[in-house]
Amino acid sequence: MKILVGLGTCGIAAGAERTYQALAERKAANGASFTLAKTGCIGMCYREPIVEIRTKAGRRYQYGNMTADKLDRLFSEHVEAGRPIAEWLLWSDDGSGSELAYTTQQNRIVLRNCGFIDPESIEDYLAVGGYQALQQVLAQNDPDALIAAIIQSGLRGRGGAGFSTGMKWRFTRMAKGDHKYVICNADEGDPGAFMDRSVLESDPHSVLEGMAIAAFAIGADTGYIYCRAEYPKAIERLTLAIAQAETAGWLGEDIGKGGFSFSIRLKEGAGAFVCGEETALIASIEGKRGMPRVRPPFPAVRGLWGRPTCINNVETLANLPWIVTHGAAAFAALGTKGSKGTKVFAMAGKIKRGGLVEVPMGISIRQIVFGVCGGIKEDRKFKAVQMGGPSGGCIPSELQDTVIDYESITKTGAIMGSGGLVVMDETTCMVDVARFFLDFTQRESCGKCTFCRMGTKRMLEILTRACEGKSREGDIERLEELAERVKNGSQCALGQTAPNPVLTTLKYFRSEYEAHVNNLKCPAHKCGPLLTYQITDACVGCLLCIKACSAGAITGERKHKHTLDQSKCTRCGQCYKVCNVEGAISVD
Amino acid sequence: METHRTFDFRNQHFVGQEGRLIPLLQKAQETEGCLTRARLLEIHRETGIPLSSIYGVATFYAQCRMTPVGKNLIRVCHGTACHVAGANDISAAVEETLHIANGETTKDRLFTLETVSCIGCCSLAPVIMINHDTHGNLSEKQVKKVLKQRQADAAADAKGAKA
Repeated sequence: MKILVGLGTCGIAAGAERTYQALAERKAANGASFTLAKTGCIGMCYREPIVEIRTKAGRRYQYGNMTADKLDRLFSEHVEAGRPIAEWLLWSDDGSGSELAYTTQQNRIVLRNCGFIDPESIEDYLAVGGYQALQQVLAQNDPDALIAAIIQSGLRGRGGAGFSTGMKWRFTRMAKGDHKYVICNADEGDPGAFMDRSVLESDPHSVLEGMAIAAFAIGADTGYIYCRAEYPKAIERLTLAIAQAETAGWLGEDIGKGGFSFSIRLKEGAGAFVCGEETALIASIEGKRGMPRVRPPFPAVRGLWGRPTCINNVETLANLPWIVTHGAAAFAALGTKGSKGTKVFAMAGKIKRGGLVEVPMGISIRQIVFGVCGGIKEDRKFKAVQMGGPSGGCIPSELQDTVIDYESITKTGAIMGSGGLVVMDETTCMVDVARFFLDFTQRESCGKCTFCRMGTKRMLEILTRACEGKSREGDIERLEELAERVKNGSQCALGQTAPNPVLTTLKYFRSEYEAHVNNLKCPAHKCGPLLTYQITDACVGCLLCIKACSAGAITGERKHKHTLDQSKCTRCGQCYKVCNVEGAISVD
Repeated sequence: METHRTFDFRNQHFVGQEGRLIPLLQKAQETEGCLTRARLLEIHRETGIPLSSIYGVATFYAQCRMTPVGKNLIRVCHGTACHVAGANDISAAVEETLHIANGETTKDRLFTLETVSCIGCCSLAPVIMINHDTHGNLSEKQVKKVLKQRQADAAADAKGAKA
């Protein structure tokens, strides 16, 4: 029997290391009645820490919320008596468990090994067929056929823009240069996206193998992984995986004795969102300020140190070994006409089951939100999903039957993006969300293009005014005009897409903007300065709000309805927060 | 010139590699807590990179800092999910408890408050990180409790050190 603990960042944050420690102590005390292993992200972040029991016969049982104090019962009932604990069981491959809907509706290609193998063990990766794809590619020794196969598979870049991976390779292969480079873009900066982090933490070797395959296809000898410094666990496991692969001969000189040499260096980012843009990323590796430059020439022709460079995203690379071993046709059989394969989404926000899901392209937003992820928290009303981070937009609930493929999402005004999917309910104010994203892009603008540098700042000021009840006449029109200008007047994708959150919310939630600007009201009751608090007849006179009010605006006596002086009220909302009586304080 | 007790330039394996500036700055900051003027000058002398370029790079990246941080670095996540889940209230709670604003350090040098874009633990929103520990699913009350605990620990440490 094998017991595994999910030790991704989410799991560790929820206390998985303590669970692992407790299991290790138990193993040391009782002798080795089981093998204990680490694994990566299982995907059900909402139920971490997760422990899996894998029996000798190969049956898998996953348990959720397994804090150390629950281990006694787990051992006495399941490990010793062999009776699975139904109330804790998330999922088992015998078809039982409470979270069956979450796991069975997924189709795991990128996440195939995540939460299954030990990310710190190359033996585990080899045992599930690791590095066989690379071996196969080297044995065939035909880069052009490999590129043709990837083009045929229909794989498109998973970093956001969705350019054909095979075509990118072909351009880099055709370009002339004494050296060529492969770069893995692991600078996952979009707030709300964490699938690359999970793949790097849970299955680093698949990314290395993908990079080696890409390097062989384009004729590169050196690879760089540019990883966000905010992901210490991913960096730790990548460093280990690179060392293991070098020792085992899957990286380095003369791999597979066919004359192909490829080494990988790891570069830590230094906290700049714009470095996710490929030319800025290259500048950053070269040790410069991470500022984008004009394309063309594209990196495929003139990239790192002026040489042909192919930049692929983590998720794109993790797809490659699977495509090679299963064939391009198997990959192309999944998805829609223009978007093949699967997509990993990081589900967060007001959703019941938040975590990582991998679904085939072509599934609708409704199916993901309600089918796979169980719907909205506290069964509130579904309002919108935000896709594509600061470059994307909000898709309203009316369009929840939109299918997931690059073209359909783009039509709504959002973008596929890297795969962050933040769900919003009726309590989310869309003007506030737009302000949030503009605040982000405004801070992260590198400052090179005037419209991006100053236009986003002016847009943010208008949105902040709206949220504070200080709007001026014509603010909405001014916002629209600026959005167009920033879009057209910026050189890189950061500026060109920065207005998207504003444009999509204006398109679908214009009435909310009008309420903020013209009527000084926030329909979602989120923007503090726009709210009016009133004490209703339901007040029982408990004095709590009087104590909480720092402005001294509430007066009254015990057991008598209190009164609120609007002229003194600072609209801080403390009274509303402390009140225990349903409906005693109304907000408008 | 100060001594090289903590940061020996000659032993840095980045030296001589192309694109070495950022790793050098990261290493310097890691050993000393922040980038000092003396260290930037030294990097300039050893690598030949113009000081203006070094300063340009150091001020471009959010991670590089010119002022030292407190003993506990508190990072309040303001990613999308955390924002929707009330990250502003969490920041306010930290500010209220420690009497510092974003980017500031307490007078006793125990805490530095920083706002970050996304830690990548979106399903645990709202999230804060204190040094390397991540705390998720927080309420304002819980944040205050966590901070009070840290303050108490620090006080106990200080007492222990004196005795």
